[in-house]
Amino acid sequence: MPTYDAVVIGAGPAGMSGAHTIGQAGLQVALVDAGPRLGGQFHRHPPAAFHATRPQALHHGWRHFCAFRDRLADLPGVTHLPDHHVWSVEQADGLITVRAVTDLRRPVGVTIRGRALLIATGGYDRQLPFPGWDLPGVLTAGAAQALLKGNLVLAGRRVVVAGSGPFLLPVAAGLGRAGATVVGVYEAARVSRFLRHATTLAQNAGKLVEAARHHATLLRHRIPMHSGWAVVAAHGDTHLAAVTVARLDRAGNPVPGTRRRVPCDTLAIGYGFTPQTELLVQLGCATRVDVDGSVVADVDAGQRTNVPSVYAAGEVTGIGGAALSEVEGVIAGLAIRAGVGKPGRVPRRLLSRRTALRRFAAAMHDVYRVPAGWVGWLTPETIVCRCEEVPAERVRAAVEQDGATQPRTGKLLTRAGMGWCQGRVCAHAVSTLITHFGGRPASPADLATWANRPIAQPVPLRLLADAAPDLSAPQP
Amino acid sequence: MNPPPEPWRLVHADPDPPFEIIVDDQPVRAVPGQTIGAALWAAGVRSTRHTRGTGRGRGMFCGIGICFDCLMTVNDGPALRVCQIEARPGDVVRTGTM
Amino acid sequence: MVVIGAGIIGAACAFAAARAGLRVAVLDRGPVIGGTTGAGEGNILVSDKGPGAELDLAVLSSTLWRQFGAEHGDAIEYEPKGGLVVAAGEADMRALRRFAAEQRAGGVQTQVVTADDLPELEPHLAPGLAGGVRYPQDAQVQPMLAAALLLRLARDRGATIHPDTPVIAMRRDGHGRVIGVSTPGGTIPAGSVVNAAGVWAGQMAALAGVRMPVLPRRGCILVTQPLPAIVRHKVYGAGYTTDVMSDATDLQVSPVIEGTRAGTVLIGASRERVGFDRAMPIPVLARLARHATELFPVLADVSVIRAYLGFRPYMPDHLPALGADPRVPGLLHACGHEGAGIGLALASGHLIGQVLTGAEPTLDLYPFRPDRFSDPADGARTGAPTEEAT
Repeated sequence: MPTYDAVVIGAGPAGMSGAHTIGQAGLQVALVDAGPRLGGQFHRHPPAAFHATRPQALHHGWRHFCAFRDRLADLPGVTHLPDHHVWSVEQADGLITVRAVTDLRRPVGVTIRGRALLIATGGYDRQLPFPGWDLPGVLTAGAAQALLKGNLVLAGRRVVVAGSGPFLLPVAAGLGRAGATVVGVYEAARVSRFLRHATTLAQNAGKLVEAARHHATLLRHRIPMHSGWAVVAAHGDTHLAAVTVARLDRAGNPVPGTRRRVPCDTLAIGYGFTPQTELLVQLGCATRVDVDGSVVADVDAGQRTNVPSVYAAGEVTGIGGAALSEVEGVIAGLAIRAGVGKPGRVPRRLLSRRTALRRFAAAMHDVYRVPAGWVGWLTPETIVCRCEEVPAERVRAAVEQDGATQPRTGKLLTRAGMGWCQGRVCAHAVSTLITHFGGRPASPADLATWANRPIAQPVPLRLLADAAPDLSAPQP
Repeated sequence: MNPPPEPWRLVHADPDPPFEIIVDDQPVRAVPGQTIGAALWAAGVRSTRHTRGTGRGRGMFCGIGICFDCLMTVNDGPALRVCQIEARPGDVVRTGTM
Repeated sequence: MVVIGAGIIGAACAFAAARAGLRVAVLDRGPVIGGTTGAGEGNILVSDKGPGAELDLAVLSSTLWRQFGAEHGDAIEYEPKGGLVVAAGEADMRALRRFAAEQRAGGVQTQVVTADDLPELEPHLAPGLAGGVRYPQDAQVQPMLAAALLLRLARDRGATIHPDTPVIAMRRDGHGRVIGVSTPGGTIPAGSVVNAAGVWAGQMAALAGVRMPVLPRRGCILVTQPLPAIVRHKVYGAGYTTDVMSDATDLQVSPVIEGTRAGTVLIGASRERVGFDRAMPIPVLARLARHATELFPVLADVSVIRAYLGFRPYMPDHLPALGADPRVPGLLHACGHEGAGIGLALASGHLIGQVLTGAEPTLDLYPFRPDRFSDPADGARTGAPTEEAT
């Protein structure tokens, strides 16, 4: 088995640009990704078997992606390993060991070794619980996008798009273009907050043009946009039939008298994104809490973590979008090159571009804040942890009766976050609820405990058993 | 034959011929390259398992392999995330309590 | 009185003391149930102990758990499922039979199971095992829920619980008697102080000027995906008992497998003395997986979805320290239960309650005396000057 000069985990914008930059210097790179095709969530696209000749109709930046993909394919040193689900990353004696399973139908174990590691594992939709959010038909905004871009399946006929963040626009626009009736976009944030960030926005004209294009699409498909509104409940017997929307006051509480029922078969919802940081935590990389409340990798100017030879780029260093991810991937790639004596000077314009994009991301996070009043949307029976079906009242009881004042104890006493997804979906909500019910304000360390997942992906016992290299050695 | 759904026309797709998978003894049409989860969604199947606690129906939620809500039995593989698994002709898929 | 430590042992002591009418304050350096209790499997075992003081304690505790479980079983997921120890070969089986015969003399119910009868008890066990011994008294509890309930019951009887309240000094009077504890938020006077600080009990003892040689012994546990009931008993290999009783610092792994009410299967048990190293050791997990699939081949294709580790409070002679410390009046210890803390908790609390109220203890506490490792110097320090916090 070869030892790669670098292993890159995640083949989205950050991982692709990182692998490309490293590969350009003639180094051997393994580009490891859970998805079936390059591109990650942002550049998700249909399989070749669809023979789509005009994919750009649904894919922002399609041409850019294709050129990128071709350049990557031209580098003989870059090995793309799709459908590889990484469950463990270790570092010993200067060598990184990445363990993955491939082929989920009949999992096979794969071990990949490298001298440097770039973690570019991206993120996924952040969710807030509300009554009925576990009904079939309630999807994350990312799921609606994945169905459409990756499978050419419409998420529904009558769709409500809701949550908060710039991502809702392309989701609604895509659904509208592809023939769905988008009943409305309910954006919890107030667009008026943008005025505070006029300068930052003006410096990112490209982003504004993009947003304007999405808005034009909404207009063209008569999709109404409601700013300062949220979906506060979902209804249905066996599957979604309607949602209740309400206008929010400044604190995020529904304004009395504004609740109304909107019939729909599908809800696509998300409140920003959560970075996937568990592999960084496995390696002991330092984390920090970003402006949006996410736990992210704490990296230096060269995208280095505090662990030698381990780098991070893209959403795992702070949610900031595809353009920023790509820039960070290049910078990380250059730093990895420099680390092995290859040309790795970072052009100044790249650094200033990263600064501008990060500033823009911070402005976005300020505008699209999670509405604090969401806890008031819950009933005692509302499920907060979907995997273990933990209702809000159980979290309340754990805090009030048993002194579960922080996430770890809350998790141990309620089972919230102990199921299949290991708290990926409910961590933010459960942490917030614990504080709300009287626990202490979640510290950065409290939040980071959620990302402590020593087994990052389910791994069959027979494959885990194979990970014992010392088994053949004589036992003491 | 029905006209191709809107998304296919939009991107000028010309997929390979569809095939059938069996979902709880019912045939469901899948296009080569689609995930089982997407094929089910396209066929209007929203609930793909029952929860262990309350027995309520659950379906695909995150669509990208994060949430494990779309667990189903595929052939003999128990508890697989169907949003992550490409359909193959003849797949036998079952809903269950997971 | 003050109890230091809000784990299962501190909770059981607080419950017993509060029930006896004492005014109790439970202090913990971190959150409640934040130490070893939160990393355990919830074993209530008599099967892994040979005749002697610990077995006597285990038998008493198993009876108390059964009574407690009759009242609160559902809230704490108490399951009197019984244990099954299996032997791979004839030599193991002979040793197991011998061990069981000794245990019977100590009050343990045992049933020798032939190889032919194993499948009826555990249908998914690997074929070819030599046989086993079934222990009907073995039970399981969800340890976090059990500790939380004990704390709640203590609170209902007037106890106060103080998380995030580290003890930084013992307050002592001119005669060396402990009269309270100091915390960053102030001092708490107490007629007696119970050291139930688990792996940190040595540090608490040191604050009182005495030695308590508790060391952390790391253990890892694998958690599988939720499954329909596959494993009925707590099933473990005959080598487990040897590992428990070993003094080795290097890694020992023997299979311990059991289902839970949540549907997951828990797979232990590893033991190694590596200080407080929290990095998850993949080779250890791999060996746990190897052992589990050898014992239950059906688990081979089952996925592990989580793993966690914790630190057992290890004592050089594998016996906890229980009772009053003759070196320091007013100081009691309930610590050093290693991997058996959940199982031994109720008896430990019960005995501490008896000591506190001057009742005759149900068991002779001499084997558990806290000063049995004492340096000659400890005696001289008994009258050490009062250590005051600022």
